[in-house]
Amino acid sequence: MTPFTTLESTVVVLPLDDIDTDQIIPARFLQGTDKVGLGDHLFADCGRNPDFPLHAIGARLAKILVAGANFGCGSSREHAAWALVDRGFRAVIARSFGDIFRQNAIKNGLLPVALDADAHARVIAARAADPRCFVRVDLPAQRVSIAGDPTASFGFAIDRFARHCLINGVDELGYLLGFEDRITDHERRHP
Amino acid sequence: MAPRTLYDKIWDAHVVAQEPDRPAVLYIDLHLVHEVTSPQAFAGLRTRGLRVRRPDRTFATMDHSVPTRRGLAVVDPAAAAGEAQLRTLAANCSEHGITLYDMNSPHQGIVHVIGPELGLTHPGSTIVCGDSHTSTHGAFGALAFGIGTSEVEHVLAAQCLLQQRARTLEIRIDGTRAPGVTAKDVVLALIAQIGVAGATGCVIEYTGSAIRGLDMEGRMTVCNMSIEAGARAGMIAPDDTTFAYLAGREHAPRGAAWDAAVERWRALRTDDGAAFDRTVTLDARAIEPMIAFGTHPGMGIAITARVPSPDATADAGQRAALDRALRYMGLSPGEPLLGRPIDTVFIGSCTNARIGDLRDAARVMAGRKVAAGVQALVVPGSRAVKRQAEAEGLDRVFLDAGAEWREPGCSMCIAMNGDRLEPGQYAVSTSNRNFEGRQGPGGRTFLASPLTAAAAAVTGRITDARTLTQEPR
Ligand code: SF4
Repeated sequence: MTPFTTLESTVVVLPLDDIDTDQIIPARFLQGTDKVGLGDHLFADCGRNPDFPLHAIGARLAKILVAGANFGCGSSREHAAWALVDRGFRAVIARSFGDIFRQNAIKNGLLPVALDADAHARVIAARAADPRCFVRVDLPAQRVSIAGDPTASFGFAIDRFARHCLINGVDELGYLLGFEDRITDHERRHP
Repeated sequence: MAPRTLYDKIWDAHVVAQEPDRPAVLYIDLHLVHEVTSPQAFAGLRTRGLRVRRPDRTFATMDHSVPTRRGLAVVDPAAAAGEAQLRTLAANCSEHGITLYDMNSPHQGIVHVIGPELGLTHPGSTIVCGDSHTSTHGAFGALAFGIGTSEVEHVLAAQCLLQQRARTLEIRIDGTRAPGVTAKDVVLALIAQIGVAGATGCVIEYTGSAIRGLDMEGRMTVCNMSIEAGARAGMIAPDDTTFAYLAGREHAPRGAAWDAAVERWRALRTDDGAAFDRTVTLDARAIEPMIAFGTHPGMGIAITARVPSPDATADAGQRAALDRALRYMGLSPGEPLLGRPIDTVFIGSCTNARIGDLRDAARVMAGRKVAAGVQALVVPGSRAVKRQAEAEGLDRVFLDAGAEWREPGCSMCIAMNGDRLEPGQYAVSTSNRNFEGRQGPGGRTFLASPLTAAAAAVTGRITDARTLTQEPR
C-alpha cells in the first residue's frame, strides 16, 4: 500500500448525503476479475449529467473528494475504493462514512477524513469562493487546513491502527499472519 | 463475570489476540464466497504464494451474475462478462479445495439463502462474506457481517480479521403485528425511524415480543436489512424457533453433538443487567404495510400515507437528499402512492425469496392475472426454495397468473445478469435497495413486502394488499 502522510490538492465537492457505493461504481462494472480501469466508470450514472462536479474544469487534477454525511453506505464492494483511487483520489472528506467503505478505503491508501459540521462547511465554502483553492490534509497531525486562511485548521479523528497503517504503508495481511501461532492455538482449543 | 450482551459473548469467544492500541484478531468460523467480490482476493493469495487456510470452513456459490432464464445460452452481453467470473470462481475453488455450489448443484442459490438452508449458519459463530447482507445470518444468533475484498483475502489466508469492537444498539420491538404486516414492513418502518446511518458503527440486537414472534424467515428478513440502517451486523438471540429450524439440516450437528450444541446455544442471550450503548423501541401494533418511495431504504412511509415534502425536513442535507430523490422518482410532495401505475414487479432477493415469501405472493396472485403491460418476475432464492415451491404448486399459481417463474439468483436485485429495469420504469420490488440505478440505470424502485409486490402485479398499481378482496374475481 502507498503510504499516506500529507496531501495538498484542489478539491471536488459532491454536496450530497448518503452517496452509496452503487452510485460510486454501478454494479454492471463489477464483472471484472482485476482492479484496473475502474476509475473510468466512477460515478458512471450520475456522470451523465454534464453539470456533474467531476466534469468541471480542473476536476481531473483534484486528489480530494468532499461529500456529505454517510459517504459510501450500502454495498460492501471494494470496487468503490478502487475506482476512487484509480481516478486519482487519495482522500475523501465527509461528515461521516459507511463502515465497510471506510475499512476498504484505508486498505487502499485512500484516507477517509470525517470533519464536524462547521469545519466541513468551511471547506465547502472555501472551494465555492475559489475553485482553485488548495486544501491540505496532514495525517500525522490529524489536521485539515485551507491554504491562504490561517484560521482554517481543523482536527479530525482516526483510529490509531488505521493511522499507523496509512502512514507506514503497513500490509495488514502481513501483520495478521504474524499471529499464526495464536491462530493455530485458537483452532486447537475450538476444533 | 459482569453481565454481557449477546454480542460481547460471541466477540469474547472469538478473540485470538488483542494487542494494546491495535484491533482485535477475530477468528472467523464460516466464510461464504461468491463470484463478484472474490476474484481479486484469490489473485492476491496467488501473488503472495499463500493457500486458503481452512477450505473446510469456506463455502462458495454462484448467485450475483447468474442467468435466471432456464437454459439461457448467453444472449446478454452483461451475462457474457459475468461468465468469466463464474469460470474464475470455479477454478479458484477447485485449486483450493473449496466446496462450490455451482450451476449444476442442487444447493445453488443466493449466498444468504443457502447458508441457513444447509445448516451452515450456527448460533454463536462468526460468519463473513464479501457482501453487505451477510447480516442476514445474525437471525440465528451469529455475529455475521459483510467485508470488502481485501478482507476476503485476509480470511482466506488467515481465517481471521482485524476488527474493532462495535457499539451495541438494542432495537426492542414489542406488540403483535396487525394482519397483512410482515417482517419486511417491520424493518422498513425501523429504517424510516432511525435513518440509513442510524446504526452506523453499531451491532444491533433485536429483542422484544414482536421479534420473538417471527419465524426464522421473518427474522432473516429483519437482520438482512440491518446494513440498510448502517449497522455492522444485526442479531437475534437463538431460541426454540431457531433450533427447530436448524434440526436435521445437512451441516447442523447430529445426535449427541446436536444436544450438546443446543445446550451451549441456550446460553447465547444478553444477560439481565447487561448494558447496551443505546436502545430504540418500536411498537409493532403501530406498524402498517410500508413502502420505500425514494432513493434509499430510509425513505419509507406507510403505504396509505402521502409523499413527504422536503420543506418539512429540518436538516439541510436530508432536505436536499429528499428533493433530489423525488425528482429522480418523478414524485411530488403530498401525493398519495396508492394507485400509482408501475411497470415491473420483482419478487426475489436475499431479503424476500424464501418459501414463506413465495407463499405470501402466491396467496395474493392465486386466481388473479398480472395486469396488462406489467412484467412480474418471481425469482426463488435457491434451488431448494424452487423445488419446495414447485412441490406446493406455487409455480403454477405464478405461471397461471402470467408471471415469470425463474431460476434462482440475485437477478433484478442488482441487475448484473441482464434482468433489469429500463430507464424511467417503475418497479415494486421485494429486494433491499432502491438506490438510483440499482435495478438498472434510470430504473425507479419502490421497496415493499411480497404481499404488496404481488398486489401491485395483479392491479398494475401500488395497492394495499389488505384491500384486495379475500376471494379473487
Ligand atoms: S440478492 Fe441482492 S442484496 Fe442479496 S446478495 Fe444478491 S445482490 Fe446482494
